[in-house]
Amino acid sequence: MRYMLIIHNDPELHPQPGGPGWDELMDGYAAFSKELASHGRPFSGDPLNDPSTATTIRVRNGETLTVDGPFAETKEWMSGFYIIECDELDQALAAAAMVPSAKFGSVEVRPVAEM
Amino acid sequence: MDAGRAGPVDEALDFVYRTERGRVLARLIAVVKDFDLAEDAVQDAFMAAATAWPATGIPANPAGWLVTTARRKAVDRLRRAASAERRHRAWGELAIAWDAWDAGDSPGPITDDRLRLIFTCCHPALSLDAQVALTLRSLGGLTTDEVARAFLIAETTLAQRIVRAKRKIRQAGIAYRVPSLEEFPDRLGAVLAVVYLIFNAGYLASSGDELVRVDLCDEGVRLAGLVVDLLPDEPEPLGLAALLHFQDSRRTARSDEKGRPLTLEEQDRGRWDRGQVAKGRDLLVRAQRWGRAGPYQLKAAIAGVHAGADRAELTDWATIVRLYDRLLVWEPTPIVLLNRAVAVAMAEGPATGLALLDDPALAETLVDYHLYHSARADLLRRAGRPDEAAVAYRQARRRTNNAAEQTFLDRRLREIGDRVDSPDPVAGPA
Repeated sequence: MRYMLIIHNDPELHPQPGGPGWDELMDGYAAFSKELASHGRPFSGDPLNDPSTATTIRVRNGETLTVDGPFAETKEWMSGFYIIECDELDQALAAAAMVPSAKFGSVEVRPVAEM
Repeated sequence: MDAGRAGPVDEALDFVYRTERGRVLARLIAVVKDFDLAEDAVQDAFMAAATAWPATGIPANPAGWLVTTARRKAVDRLRRAASAERRHRAWGELAIAWDAWDAGDSPGPITDDRLRLIFTCCHPALSLDAQVALTLRSLGGLTTDEVARAFLIAETTLAQRIVRAKRKIRQAGIAYRVPSLEEFPDRLGAVLAVVYLIFNAGYLASSGDELVRVDLCDEGVRLAGLVVDLLPDEPEPLGLAALLHFQDSRRTARSDEKGRPLTLEEQDRGRWDRGQVAKGRDLLVRAQRWGRAGPYQLKAAIAGVHAGADRAELTDWATIVRLYDRLLVWEPTPIVLLNRAVAVAMAEGPATGLALLDDPALAETLVDYHLYHSARADLLRRAGRPDEAAVAYRQARRRTNNAAEQTFLDRRLREIGDRVDSPDPVAGPA
């Protein structure tokens, strides 16, 4: 099964580039990627830029509405994701617990709906 | 089944339903790897039994008969499955499962399927409500209607809860297996917490059908016994089972003839069920043989000390304080601190206990908890400070909606000569 690990963070509680804890965090992500690779199963994942860079699109009656900003303004926002392959939920939960940002924010684990 | 006549076969079937349904269902889920299909097939098998048994008599091994029949019914259902694609896939899975099942009959460690089932039902990825509903529905002997009535919710609400939980198990990929060694302690804790919650839902219920309340207590005791049987090498399930027997021994003594609750101190200890106490003691001794203490064993030991006192004033409070000290290592919670402070007060006098309760950090954490205020009030009363006690009793009364608790607090207020409706003084307690 494939699972998406959705990383949510409050930037006030999470290390920022160049700030305290940033280098350790990056080392943690490097180690996490290595751990995922060691299982020999396909995975992907990337960090996202902050919500001030987001644009939201809606199509209504054939008309495209473009709005500056994210889908919802919240204190915590989605800052990155992984898609990993696991045998079952417990493996995905164990992987989520290893995401370095889980120490500061939260990681939502969602099964990919296989069609 | 002929509802009008409860013959011996009906009674036997009812008994088998209550005692064996969990085992049969667990076996079927292991075989067909599908909660819903297994449940339908087991239901079919019980229907078939209702038709067949009056003619053929009750089989020597009713559970075996039901598993075989349910297995056949599952095949029937898959055959009828509408989509050819689904049928193809389902048959492939079933063939694999069948092989695994046959292999399971050969030598090797045999795991009772119910163990896998209870760990699946109590998976922390499910809400606690869902865990309780699934556990009761899968491994308990109650019908959906009985479970719904016990929790004072509509049967449809409960049914939806179960449907959602089963959907999550399937779609999120919650495995049907016993957790790995690494996960085991936490996951066992979750199972025991669900069983304890089921028992307490019956034990602490302030409203609802008296008989159904008793049903939930019985289910809790039975499920605890099941976990003991399934995990004979684990001391904590024995501890939980012991605790439930000790608590259950006071079932009829807990209220007076008008149904008003009585404190441990006020209960007529002659009405405690000695048989239950003896069972609790046996279970606790068995648990302690492992030499691996845990929170349920310690709580059971505390309940056991109470059970051993024929009169309230003979209670060995010093031992209880020592047991709470050990429990704090496992559960450093404000509730345990509160209970320990009460035990200290009983062992060393109310002033010492009050000093512990008035610890600013504890007082702040528990400010909204009515039992904190009523415990404090009780100690003030014992210390001969009725005015402050009255203030604390009223603080407790404002923080509970439970009618029985309110009645109890009103009685306490009258006993210390306070008018129940007198206003709070402006100044708080010292």
